[in-house]
Amino acid sequence: MMEITEGSHAIADAVRLCRPQVVSAYPITPQTHIVEDLADFVANGRLDAEYITVDNELSALSACIGASAAGSRAYSATTSQGLALMFEACFNAAGMRLPIIMSIANRALGAPLSIWNDQQDSIALRDSGWLQFYAEDNQEATDLHFLAYKVAEDVKVQLPVFVCFDGFILSHTYEPIDMLSQEQVDKYLPNYNPAEKLDAKDPISFGMYATPDYYLEFRYEMDQAQKRAKDVIATYGKEFATMFNRDYSALVEGYRLDDAETAIVAMGSVCGTVKDAIDEMRDAGKKVGLLRIRVFRPFPSEEIAKALSGVQRVAVLDKNISLGARGGATATEVRDAMYGSTVPVKGYVLGLGGRDIRKKDIKEIVSLSEKGIGDQFYGLRKELI
Amino acid sequence: MTLAVGCRARPGKSRDNKTGSWRVFKPSFDHEKCSKCGMCRTLCPEGCVHENAEEFFDPDYTYCKGCGICANECPKEAIAMNLEEK
Amino acid sequence: MAEKKKTCELFDCGHRACGGCGEALAARLVMNAAGTNTIVVAATGCMEVFSTPYPETAWKVPWIHSLFENASAVASGVEAALKKQGRTEKIVVMGGDGATFDIGMICLSGAFERGHDFAYICYDNEAYMNTGIQRSGATPYDASTTTSPAGSQSFGNRRPKKDMPAILAAHGAPYVATASIAYPADLMQKVEKAITTKGPCYVQVQVPCCTGWGFEGDQTIAIAKLAIETGLWANFEMVDGKVTKVKKVVRKPVEEYLKTQKRFRHLFKPKRQDAEIALIQAMADRNAEKYGLDIKLKKE
Repeated sequence: MMEITEGSHAIADAVRLCRPQVVSAYPITPQTHIVEDLADFVANGRLDAEYITVDNELSALSACIGASAAGSRAYSATTSQGLALMFEACFNAAGMRLPIIMSIANRALGAPLSIWNDQQDSIALRDSGWLQFYAEDNQEATDLHFLAYKVAEDVKVQLPVFVCFDGFILSHTYEPIDMLSQEQVDKYLPNYNPAEKLDAKDPISFGMYATPDYYLEFRYEMDQAQKRAKDVIATYGKEFATMFNRDYSALVEGYRLDDAETAIVAMGSVCGTVKDAIDEMRDAGKKVGLLRIRVFRPFPSEEIAKALSGVQRVAVLDKNISLGARGGATATEVRDAMYGSTVPVKGYVLGLGGRDIRKKDIKEIVSLSEKGIGDQFYGLRKELI
Repeated sequence: MTLAVGCRARPGKSRDNKTGSWRVFKPSFDHEKCSKCGMCRTLCPEGCVHENAEEFFDPDYTYCKGCGICANECPKEAIAMNLEEK
Repeated sequence: MAEKKKTCELFDCGHRACGGCGEALAARLVMNAAGTNTIVVAATGCMEVFSTPYPETAWKVPWIHSLFENASAVASGVEAALKKQGRTEKIVVMGGDGATFDIGMICLSGAFERGHDFAYICYDNEAYMNTGIQRSGATPYDASTTTSPAGSQSFGNRRPKKDMPAILAAHGAPYVATASIAYPADLMQKVEKAITTKGPCYVQVQVPCCTGWGFEGDQTIAIAKLAIETGLWANFEMVDGKVTKVKKVVRKPVEEYLKTQKRFRHLFKPKRQDAEIALIQAMADRNAEKYGLDIKLKKE
């Protein structure tokens, strides 16, 4: 059903349709509308869930860990400082192989304190074992929640998932959304029924400790699960496409990439601006294309290397930075995926802390990339430094 | 043995660890003195003191660590701790 | 006081606790009281470590360990899931004094404030034992630990125990109790009451630690008894915030307890520290007054 709605509201609806049995919620800008909506759904009988108003984000994810281990579909949402506060719980949830879904309304990390968008928060947890999906628009942000649960709960994966969307830019923007019905989602996403759970009828110890004789293999198994996730995403993405006509099966998406000389690589809402800029550059005769990364973990190295094999140069946009390294995480990992190729890859760190990115910025970056200038911050206010 | 997903296990494997090998002192239970109060079984941190058919108590030497709590607490001083011959 | 009924031993042999471990004994007794229809949520600590080195688990009930500080939050989630699934298992949360008094305070306070239905058992051995005997909020006055060591400039830990029972009673916990492995039947009764009382309930069990306190493993129960007999540990129950039942004693001087443990050795050697011992005696006296510990002997 088509509706014009705010991103947060659409995501809350999507979560409601996934029928989580336990929602644990701690509010943090700009995710608040999601958790407020879910509370409202429960209070009005639209969502049959236990809603725990936890005391902090670490408790939020911990409650999900308990609920998921006990066999219930669990959900939480957070961002930035909240995600950082649950750092150890994130590693714990992934290591315990619990299919928890968290919506991440991407926001910059302090200090300095910022409530505005960048992708540092989820990127900083790229080692954690969580799968990471990045939405370009609110339709995608909505639909990716259905895909996330189905992928996470598959026995070949059993890993938790961050569904990431840019805070304020997507969370607080009204867009037309085609919202699935409960009947449609029920057909796509069955009830969560894990083979192993906390159950007096079949006692199991969860979260034991591993000596050096075992730890390495447990981590290897998790890495294997990440690798298997690629195919699982493809399978359930195709199933979603067949049922609902929207295709999320690919880990990356090309836009006017086929004959591009310059390829921009980016994630998230900035891709909308990039596509518009590309259209204008194309009209002016420049052969530019976009490779949008939808799935950051597992990282689509082969897919990226293949998609970018024919271009002359690559400009990677990063709304994050690994301070002290060459630049942002996406540029680093794209460069790694392209290792051995002669195609130059340059990274541009931009948009941190909510700094606006305009079409002309994209065009400027393409020009810089043509001149071989890159691996730097873009858009610095020179008068301040 | 293949790894269990998520570092989990079903009950039973702790019994593979035969903690009786830790012992320095070994308890001997004198049933002549025993009043069948059961304190030895109640207070054993291992849970390895068992009641037999006559309702007397004996330790399971496979797991008994020789801590001596049973001997120290027995109201009838029916348990003696002796240096174990190895 | 004989344990006549066949115990089901849901905490199995082969665990790696030190010989004479008070905490291992407490786990056995708690599980005997709890029964098979139980889910245990454990914090990181001695018990978690000595009972679950992969693949050896000593637990014969469903059991989950997540992190050091979050057992109460994990339990909140388990409780919510059980409610939604219409299941009847009882939740028993287990944490040491480190996990309970210190790092777990936030999650614990939140869970008690929200009123989840579980029993929280704190195994209080009065320091962070698993990491090597460091000081916690439960470490008693003048106890020597590796981070509050006695030395030429110090008598050890400078602060009295944090009053966790009062803190949790203030959260509105319907049932709060202290207990000891010296009185196993009493401990099991209290655990059963905590499990069957609806809402967040708390039982703090003193579990002397031979390795950390410095005594021979066979003295564990004897020392636990002395803690109570000197008034340094009070065994009591609180129902809806009011102290209802107290174990009364004919009190012994605190010295009889202190001299049994290496962690208080510095109060006696190389020189007797009368002023410090007097301070500790005063604490015991205050405990006795606060809880009514003294058996009033009839005057002749």
